[in-house]
Amino acid sequence: MPCFERDWTAEQVCRAIRALPIGKARLMEVCGTHTVAIARSGIRRMLPPYVELLSGPGCPVCVTPASDIDAILALSAEQDIMIATYGDMLRVPGSRRGDSLRRRSTEGAQVRMVYSPLDAVALAERYPGKQVVFLGVGFETTAPGTAVAIAQAQAKNIQNFTVVPLLKTVEPALRALLRQPDFAVDGFLCPGHVAVITGAEAFRFLPEEYGRAAVVGGFEPMDILLSVYHLLRQLAEGKPTLENEYTRAVTANGNPLARQAVAQYFTPCDAVWRGLGSIPRSGLTLREEYRQFDAAARFGLPLGRAEKPSACRCGQVITGYCPPRECPLFGTVCLPENPVGPCMVSGEGACAAAYQYKEV
Amino acid sequence: MDQVITLDYGSGGRKTAELIDELIVPALENEALRRLDDGAVLLGEEKLVFSTDSFVVSPRFFPGGDIGKLAVCGTVNDVAMCGGEPQYLSLSFIIEEGLPTAELKAIIASVAQAAKDAGVQIVTGDTKVVEKGKCDGIYINTAGVGFLRRENLSPDRIQVGDAVIVSGFVGDHGTAVMLAREPDLLESTIASDCAPLHRAAGKLWQLGDDLRVLRDPTRGGVATTLNEFTEKRCFSIELEEKGLPIRPSVHAACEILGLDPLYCANEGKLLAVVAADRAEEALSLLRGCGEGENAAVIGTVTARYPGKVVLKTAFGGTRVLSKLSGAQLPRIC
Amino acid sequence: MCLAVPLKIVELNGLDAVGEWEGVRRRIRVDFIPDPQVGQYVIVHAGFAIERLSERQALEDQQAFAEVENALL
Repeated sequence: MPCFERDWTAEQVCRAIRALPIGKARLMEVCGTHTVAIARSGIRRMLPPYVELLSGPGCPVCVTPASDIDAILALSAEQDIMIATYGDMLRVPGSRRGDSLRRRSTEGAQVRMVYSPLDAVALAERYPGKQVVFLGVGFETTAPGTAVAIAQAQAKNIQNFTVVPLLKTVEPALRALLRQPDFAVDGFLCPGHVAVITGAEAFRFLPEEYGRAAVVGGFEPMDILLSVYHLLRQLAEGKPTLENEYTRAVTANGNPLARQAVAQYFTPCDAVWRGLGSIPRSGLTLREEYRQFDAAARFGLPLGRAEKPSACRCGQVITGYCPPRECPLFGTVCLPENPVGPCMVSGEGACAAAYQYKEV
Repeated sequence: MDQVITLDYGSGGRKTAELIDELIVPALENEALRRLDDGAVLLGEEKLVFSTDSFVVSPRFFPGGDIGKLAVCGTVNDVAMCGGEPQYLSLSFIIEEGLPTAELKAIIASVAQAAKDAGVQIVTGDTKVVEKGKCDGIYINTAGVGFLRRENLSPDRIQVGDAVIVSGFVGDHGTAVMLAREPDLLESTIASDCAPLHRAAGKLWQLGDDLRVLRDPTRGGVATTLNEFTEKRCFSIELEEKGLPIRPSVHAACEILGLDPLYCANEGKLLAVVAADRAEEALSLLRGCGEGENAAVIGTVTARYPGKVVLKTAFGGTRVLSKLSGAQLPRIC
Repeated sequence: MCLAVPLKIVELNGLDAVGEWEGVRRRIRVDFIPDPQVGQYVIVHAGFAIERLSERQALEDQQAFAEVENALL
């Protein structure tokens, strides 16, 4: 895979982009950190108007169905339960407006914010009288650490630690998107930190099976701009292929140690994605032999129920059919301080990023 | 005194007197307070600035300060931002029963030190003790009176072409308190910037009418305060990302946790809008006092995007900085 | 998802390590890094090092973060 010149200035890249003989181009990024980086750096405004950047289902918080959140909220109200979660999940509303872990903690629920899954294991050790339930959200990048947390709980024989298995994988979701009728996206900015684990090759199916341009990109504005350039270059040449812009972190085959850890503790399962519905083998659940660490099994959590219809258009937003601003709730009823849909909740949700980092 | 504050200390009886006489009055020693009247009789002048604020910070002690220091600086700064020279403060405690007396003592000592540093006297006050669970350790309310030294400081006087100045590093307090609240997140030496701003403000008053407005960017940070200037007005403020003074450690902590320093609270920084041709003078005035050592011009008032605060990113892009919506939370995604 | 930052390993004890950037320290794990060494740079996500970076690459990244977020004085 080629390694790109990094000594170009942003202006040079923009000029090169404008010189490419292309018409309208729709590019989708499928990583929330890309969403935020694009919004924060003001890149959209630097691109010609015929290049559209869309935010796909790249935020694990955003794709967690409201019914799963409801199940977690109900569990949080039970005695002796302590929920341990990344900060991202605290404000995510369930199906009832305003109901979130943050709200529940003001009503007496024990909710602790953690940065690492191992912090949750440490909580279980510190509070032996509590059932510490860790919300295991995330994609391929986050799954390995979650596996290590379970390994550690097992090694230390910690009985009061469980994980709500909400982990998801990117490839099945991309395939589900691509199978949707009229899915008009020409190329994908592939998630660099997922690719650190999976390897860039994991995205080769995009050009080879679906004829879409694909570039694995890093997260600096320059990475993103260069990735956009190369996506557009592929489109201009009419030869969609896979390229790796983020070579300083991403190899062709990824991190096998991390994947082994995941494979030892988790196995693929069907999972419900907000906006996409149930996607076969797109989630990770605990293997049978580690069921004692599965919060869904221990507490009988009804995860993965079908979604109820709502005026919120998060579903269409993350599939590229509806820009955040075209949702009738955006910025009127649905605001970051009182979000209706999850895309407004997470700082990296497409709607929150569009709201917070409005471009001029 | 007992080891912990009990409800009896709020009874209004002998225990209350003990608390006031032993803990509070000696620490804050001054004539008006010693009389222990229901209020204080003060020497006044014609125009006064009057402000009040309540403090509920958790944790009560954090690197760079505590709730006592914050309670004094917060009100002193509000008075100073309005053009007032702070003179007198009131001090009211709402204490949860069970608060260790040693902690209360430390907080009062900190109040006394901060008042001395800010040149204000605490002349009246009140103490209540509430049952366990009714408040979180201790809440403090202060009100402050100052003599008006500089009239008409208002965003209404901002003109296109003016310079926007910040008196130092941005985002220290919010980051320090978050890390103190969640000690497992990161280890750092980041400290709150909590400090009185009356000296820095006093220097800038020398600019006369060329000083348009002063404000301390506390909750919501610099981005939110600048929005208060532009909101519903016909000018915009354009910031240069390159010129923002942010401490490397604060920057690193914010990157790791996914926070934005422009939305982190400050408790010892002021934003000033001044006429462009006085900007250099304003900087040297600020740099001449401790609190303004790292002062910098961070932006310009323009007519380009009426009502908005716009950041020119170091990368060459532009984006609108909205007001903070909802508290910032550390994130992994 | 997947906010990840380059940190330098400044302490190492088996699979437990401390990563540092500008004096800010975080306990990290190096389970997925073969033969980790003090002084190496790694990309850290949610408390786990997920890949090694060369020093030059890491400093470039940190520098780029710096340039984009603000100018460090």
